[in-house]
Amino acid sequence: MAASFDLNNDGVVVIIGSGAGGGTLGNELAQKGVDVVILEAGARHEYEDFINDEWASFSQLAWTDKRTTSGDWRVSKDFPNLPAWIVKSVGGSTTHWAGASLRFQEHEFKTLSTYGKLEGANLLDWPVTLAEMEPYYAKAEAKMGVTGTNGWPRLPGNNNFKVLKAGADKLGYKECHTGNMAINSVERDDRMSCQQTGFCFQGCKWGAKWSTLYTEIPKGEATGHLEVRPNAMAIKINHDASGKVTGVVYADKDGKLQEQKARIVTVAGNSIESPRLLLNSESSKFPHGLANSSGQVGKNYMRHTTGSVYAIFDKPVHMYRGTTMAGIIRDEARHDPSRGFVGGYEFETLSLGLPFMAAFLNPGGWGRSFTTALDHYDHMAGLWIVGEDMPRAENRITLHKDEKDAHGMPIADVHFDDHPNDTAMRNHAYKQATALYDAVGATRSFPTPPYPSTHNLGTNRMSEKAEDGVVNKHGQAHDTKNLFVSDGSQFTTGAAENPTLTIVSLAIRQAEYIASQMSAKTI
Amino acid sequence: MVTIYDAKPGLSRRELLKRGGIGALLVISGSAVISPENAWGLETSALKPETMATLIQMARDIYPHDQVPDKYYAIAVKGHDEQAGKDAAYKTMIEDGIADLDKKSGEGGYRGLGWEEQRVAVLQQIEATPFFQSIRGGLVVSLYNQQEVWPIFGYEGESYSKGGYIARGFDDIEWL
Repeated sequence: MAASFDLNNDGVVVIIGSGAGGGTLGNELAQKGVDVVILEAGARHEYEDFINDEWASFSQLAWTDKRTTSGDWRVSKDFPNLPAWIVKSVGGSTTHWAGASLRFQEHEFKTLSTYGKLEGANLLDWPVTLAEMEPYYAKAEAKMGVTGTNGWPRLPGNNNFKVLKAGADKLGYKECHTGNMAINSVERDDRMSCQQTGFCFQGCKWGAKWSTLYTEIPKGEATGHLEVRPNAMAIKINHDASGKVTGVVYADKDGKLQEQKARIVTVAGNSIESPRLLLNSESSKFPHGLANSSGQVGKNYMRHTTGSVYAIFDKPVHMYRGTTMAGIIRDEARHDPSRGFVGGYEFETLSLGLPFMAAFLNPGGWGRSFTTALDHYDHMAGLWIVGEDMPRAENRITLHKDEKDAHGMPIADVHFDDHPNDTAMRNHAYKQATALYDAVGATRSFPTPPYPSTHNLGTNRMSEKAEDGVVNKHGQAHDTKNLFVSDGSQFTTGAAENPTLTIVSLAIRQAEYIASQMSAKTI
Repeated sequence: MVTIYDAKPGLSRRELLKRGGIGALLVISGSAVISPENAWGLETSALKPETMATLIQMARDIYPHDQVPDKYYAIAVKGHDEQAGKDAAYKTMIEDGIADLDKKSGEGGYRGLGWEEQRVAVLQQIEATPFFQSIRGGLVVSLYNQQEVWPIFGYEGESYSKGGYIARGFDDIEWL
């Protein structure tokens, strides 16, 4: 049964966040007999509680605490206080994610050496290679039940996929299928298979899609070594005179401040909250925030080069039926500078329900040009563009100078400007996707701007050298041996692929490292 | 097109509702906007009923869907009346915004402009105002989040209780 640890127990590993990184790390450590407390800012909703309704589900799961934005990205104008569409709930954004589980390509771990120096980009090679990551990718795929691996069949294609596939064939794309999805295509792991319900983003009510909420977390709890403490919002990480971290101050469900003592602290609150917490943990010893001697905490914020293309046909599609993102074209994911940009991008099927389509198709748009698009909602097909964006020092998370949240913690400001490479890639993708749908007979296409970010990356990046980044190849802070980062904020660069599989793989690898270092008593 | 018929004093709501023959009109009577043909009415408590009638027209001009009846536009904007009842500054913003709209529309006011293009031209003049942004921003949720309008667009909504689409056409496309 789930453990319950005393606040003064200074032998526990405290993990902040219960999503792909934190939830996985918590279970992996618990399986090795390490005592773990996960502090989760959100409430615990089990999968039966999820809601097949976009706005109602958004109210249930989304992180809606106020943030501010700046920069030239359109999100800042359209959604000035909602830079990211991520989750505040046990399971974190693994409740909301689409399930796409792709390994990075070899060159994507070596972007500086492969792409060379690019003006305005803060490129850096990862201190990890694909070869080093492969065994952990394999473990993650096995754990998550990724289709197209381990003999598990791919999901059947829905209507939206069939349109994508027909267009891909017409354009001569070779690698198009229903993806590598962490969604059960057959019953496994005591969870049922996908029922083609749609509403993947609203939490899978069948539990067919992998989420730490109903896989890693209960498995970890069953060991008796894991306690998940919901409604616990981390405010500050404390340290002693030597610089070692000693505990985490958090606001409990009643808003009362508590401190959980710790032997090790790992931060996994997603790439906005994680640097916010480190920056807010400033002290006389660390005046610029914890783990920040490099000055890189909060910098290099990446959010993937994204966009969508929707198209209308003269006959019905019903794109919203079935698995939302089970459809991919990988041909453009290669690095091929002849296209006018470095790095690559994926096309993945995407649909929104009518309420979110109205909100996101052309935010701020109105009048007949806008409404005639919605009039043909059931004749629409859609895809998402997800590509590698360039890390930039100016794209960063900072603490707001004046505004504070309910607990008195400064809110986060998210600044983002597109790099010219991002813009060139997005325009290429818009053109290709429009051609793809035209080839199937689309009568009208809509190059749709990026939504609030779902892939938030890079703000506590990994680096070989301490001066270039925040953590080493194990996610361990360069400055502080018993402080780790376990989410996508440790990504050195973003790659073209959806990040969750890599976050989970890194967490499995990090658990091995932490457990071995604890045994060796080095931390 | 929302055509507004200003009722003669003394004509009761009940009588209006009985007069189905009036057609696809909205009638302002006392403190209500009434659709006799479709037997619905919207009482206002804070905003003037004329203001509410104009808001309904404005909502249709912002998000025109010819196949969506007025009722849903009325439901979509009625929250402004509730908000105005709680917040005097908000009420002033709405009433002043509508008054400004009427002024910019000439002698017959906003609802007196016969063509959608004419009304849209007036809306474009005020597009950047907090008034317009408040109406549009609320409407994009309150109009499209009504489950009753989803079938009009061919959106089927919740599917879990029906077992998803695994046996209900997730891959039934035939024309490719």
